[in-house]
Amino acid sequence: MSELKSGSNLEKVLKAGHFALTGECGPPKGANVEHLKEKFSYLKGVVDAVNVTDNQTAVVRMSSWAASAVMIQNGIEPNFQMVCRDRNRLAIQSDILGAYAMGVRNMLCLSGDHQTFGNHPQAKNVYDIDSMQLISLVKKMRDEGKFLNEEEIDVPPKMFIGAASNPFADPFEFRVYRLAMKIAAGADFVQTQCIYNMEKFRNFMKMAVDMGLHEKAFILAGITPMKSVGMAQYMAKSVPGMDVPESLIKRLRGAGKGKVAEEGVQFAIEQIQEFKEMKGIAGIHLMAIEWEHKVPEIAEKAGLLPRPKVA
Amino acid sequence: MIIADRKPLGELLEMVKDCNRILILGCKGCVTVCNVGGTKEVGVLASILKIARKKEGRPLHVDEKTIERQCDPEYIAQVKDLVGQYDAVISMACGVGPQFLSEAYPDQRFFPAVNTTSFGGAVQHGVWAERCAGCGTCVIHHFDGMCPIARCSKSLLHGPCGGSARGKCEISKEVDCIWDMIVKKKMEKGRLEDLTKMKPNKDWRTARDGGPRRSVREELVQ
Repeated sequence: MSELKSGSNLEKVLKAGHFALTGECGPPKGANVEHLKEKFSYLKGVVDAVNVTDNQTAVVRMSSWAASAVMIQNGIEPNFQMVCRDRNRLAIQSDILGAYAMGVRNMLCLSGDHQTFGNHPQAKNVYDIDSMQLISLVKKMRDEGKFLNEEEIDVPPKMFIGAASNPFADPFEFRVYRLAMKIAAGADFVQTQCIYNMEKFRNFMKMAVDMGLHEKAFILAGITPMKSVGMAQYMAKSVPGMDVPESLIKRLRGAGKGKVAEEGVQFAIEQIQEFKEMKGIAGIHLMAIEWEHKVPEIAEKAGLLPRPKVA
Repeated sequence: MIIADRKPLGELLEMVKDCNRILILGCKGCVTVCNVGGTKEVGVLASILKIARKKEGRPLHVDEKTIERQCDPEYIAQVKDLVGQYDAVISMACGVGPQFLSEAYPDQRFFPAVNTTSFGGAVQHGVWAERCAGCGTCVIHHFDGMCPIARCSKSLLHGPCGGSARGKCEISKEVDCIWDMIVKKKMEKGRLEDLTKMKPNKDWRTARDGGPRRSVREELVQ
């Protein structure tokens, strides 16, 4: 994993052996560039790259490549997310070229939430290819310099390829194999779903390490700090594939009025401390949903600042 | 078989609002088997339409007939002298019926009484479920008899996605996660490694994406 594939900051930080920190920023529901700038301004210099979500939860927002481009113009490195729900293979390849042309160097390949969740449930779902095949496609474009149809690409896009993994979806026993497949398909780094059930995650990581997956790709542990008891209950009940243990909800409730968010942050910091020591974990993916301004404080308290500068 | 559901009464009444005499034409094929467009359902719909129109003070004359199949010119020919006697004809067959009828009798109007939904079968008494998406390139043998194209909400070839929970699909607790079933069966049968191999990108040309399809048996073409 020594030679640089994309030259992105995230790739350099990880390959230099630093414990990475990525953030996340959902583009606005509109063309409100100022709002977008304000959201990601909190992340500048605080994280190594910022994930830019792609119509997350199937709700229409500013396109992820455009929001990524705005980020680049403002000196922040994006991790451009792409879902297979909304594009066929023509649009996928064309958007990858476009994003690369705008300076995007990291890309997270996802299947995407089904459109039933979102604000246009009447939409046709595309799923021409799936996330596994998307990873393989981005790799082919980068390493072979070819489109899916084997035609040569005039200046191939060199992306640092990301994949998602949800250790908490079912069937649990298969999850590590699916991750292994994503890595074999070409994933350079992996960002996990938000982790709350630490015991289950430890088991998952033990399997991943036994299979040597941490030596083939950088695994970043996903964290979303809880803002309220309501949020924890909502995630436990209504978000598919999310595992929020009752003990955590109890702990948040026990924090008392006005102190739940603080307790949520505290739990996140404890998680980060454990992940720093956990074998196979190369960094943190901090998804502070609509709470971007909280990221500097969490990063500071968790001892993740300042971020390394790798030439 | 082809599965369909009857359209709401309001939609059907709207279709025939300017008619005084109609024929409801059933089909003894798939729609009879899934209890939506056979002789019995033709009778039920005829009664409902007549009652509704009587209430409006504009009685509707409704005749009933059911033919062997509406996807075969041979049977379509049997109603040649009949269809012209009405202001319109409601077909209770799948989407093929009103089209074959319209092609055979261009002067008559044929309305669909059902919404054709899928290819599938009865999973319990009164419940039918989708099994095939008609993609034109069957891959069921790779997945131990289960089709992810038709039965995974995202048609994933490398599932299950991160939304699979307790055997159910992320879109609804009513929908089984077919990938959960595929993985469990592969594990049970010791064939898990079938799933760890990368599947090629699907060639959708054989599906509807390649345009309307046609099957030709050369030996039968005259």
